Amino acid sequence: MNRSNGTSSSTRALRLGVAGPVGTGKSSLIATLCRALADELALAVVTNDIYTDEDARFLRSTGVLPVERIRAVETGACPHTAIRDDITMNLIAVEDLEQGFAPLDLVLIESGGDNLTATFSPALIDAQLFVLDVAGGGDVARKGGPGIARADLLVINKTDLAPYVEVDVERMVADATAARHGARVLALSRHEPASVRALADWVRELRGAQLAGRHGPVDPGAPAPHVHR
Amino acid sequence: MANLAALLLLADSRLPAGGYAHSGGLEAAVAAGLVDDVASLEHFLAGRAATVGLLGAAVAAAACRVTAAPQGHRAAFTALDDALDARTPSPAQRNTSRQLGRQLVRVLGQVAPDPRLGELAGQPHHAVALGAGAAVLGLDARAAAYAYLHESVAGPAAAAIRLLALDPFATHAALARLRARLDRLASRADEYGAGTVADLPAPAAPLLDVYAEAHAARTSRLFAS
Ligand SMILES: Nc1nc2c(ncn2[C@@H]2O[C@H](COP(=O)(O)OP(=O)(O)O)[C@@H](O)[C@H]2O)c(=O)[nH]1
Ligand SMILES: [Mg+2]
Repeated sequence: MNRSNGTSSSTRALRLGVAGPVGTGKSSLIATLCRALADELALAVVTNDIYTDEDARFLRSTGVLPVERIRAVETGACPHTAIRDDITMNLIAVEDLEQGFAPLDLVLIESGGDNLTATFSPALIDAQLFVLDVAGGGDVARKGGPGIARADLLVINKTDLAPYVEVDVERMVADATAARHGARVLALSRHEPASVRALADWVRELRGAQLAGRHGPVDPGAPAPHVHR
Repeated sequence: MANLAALLLLADSRLPAGGYAHSGGLEAAVAAGLVDDVASLEHFLAGRAATVGLLGAAVAAAACRVTAAPQGHRAAFTALDDALDARTPSPAQRNTSRQLGRQLVRVLGQVAPDPRLGELAGQPHHAVALGAGAAVLGLDARAAAYAYLHESVAGPAAAAIRLLALDPFATHAALARLRARLDRLASRADEYGAGTVADLPAPAAPLLDVYAEAHAARTSRLFAS
């Protein structure tokens, strides 16, 4: 892919998008990743909020990163536009961080949520993970959509809550894996250290592949017909 | 008008330069109870066109002429940025204008690369960037003024539909009624653009300046400005 700012993919940070519906745990996952990786990778975060900078303030309050490494982009109630159709605000935020804190290894970009169809443009990110949670119900993974089907990684989050919402995690993972034609699905709970390690390992591998020139962005594809949930 | 396709490209709200995150002060005006229906929206838009719109259009026209000149771009852009700073008392509005300008330059650098764009400040005012972009696309000063005036009312009108759930047809009808006004303002802006920087107008809407500051300090809002 011909990157918009022309920097070669081996000299700049891995830009990792985190998409998925509101409340599935994107901000928490980013905080978890920062905690797990801050000692070995130089990190920064861009949040995309629907209303002001709530998520940026949450992340700053966790103390996982110096506050100035967390930038908020306000999306004017159009979070899907900001990561896909009109990515200029996000690109500038990412480039500012990459310049201001050079050299960075990893920039995490949290989408403002919105609906199941919103995915990142490959002109903005190198890879994206899509986050669902068990509380949304076991069926969501089967329903599919570009993010679920073709994001680089699908995370099924909050598995610790599965018993309370009567969801069979193994089944949900199997359904999701089928919807993804075998692509990677990760069951995650911040209360289960092994799952957090698996997530961090996935990011390490991806960064390694990018540095070795073995990874380029893959577009999950056009959104399904626009249905607001 | 020559080069109409370039003007349509530049004035299209789908140009990916981040304008959708802003309401042009409308959200603050709604919060203050100034705008609550199509009639008050039309009033707001007319006022905006005559103040921010005219000033920005005049600067865009001037920036377009400057860009088309053989040299002296950088100093002339700086003078226009300074002139806009001096005529924009609200720090929040200055900020927004420079943020939008930077975004537009980021887009134009990919869409219509031209070394003259590199002569702009790191964060030029929106009107200065728009005028330079117009010139780079081969448009004249009057077209640059039109592009700015169009956005000065079309942006807030689109925001109104999200903020107030107004009838989108009635909202666009209000825009349609502003056509003749925009034509007149574009002519005036074009004339200002041909004059000196010191003679640029300084139209003001002090209450909106105050509201813009309040809006920037708000912790919950739909639009950045
Ligand atoms: N039980 C449980 N709750 C979680 C987990 N991850 C996130 N949450 C909670 O889910 C809610 C939404 O999380 P947040 O990260 O703000 O979601 P976002 O809207 O996708 O960014 C918060 O109350 C979190 O504390 C998890 O692994 N287990
Ligand atoms: Mg969040």
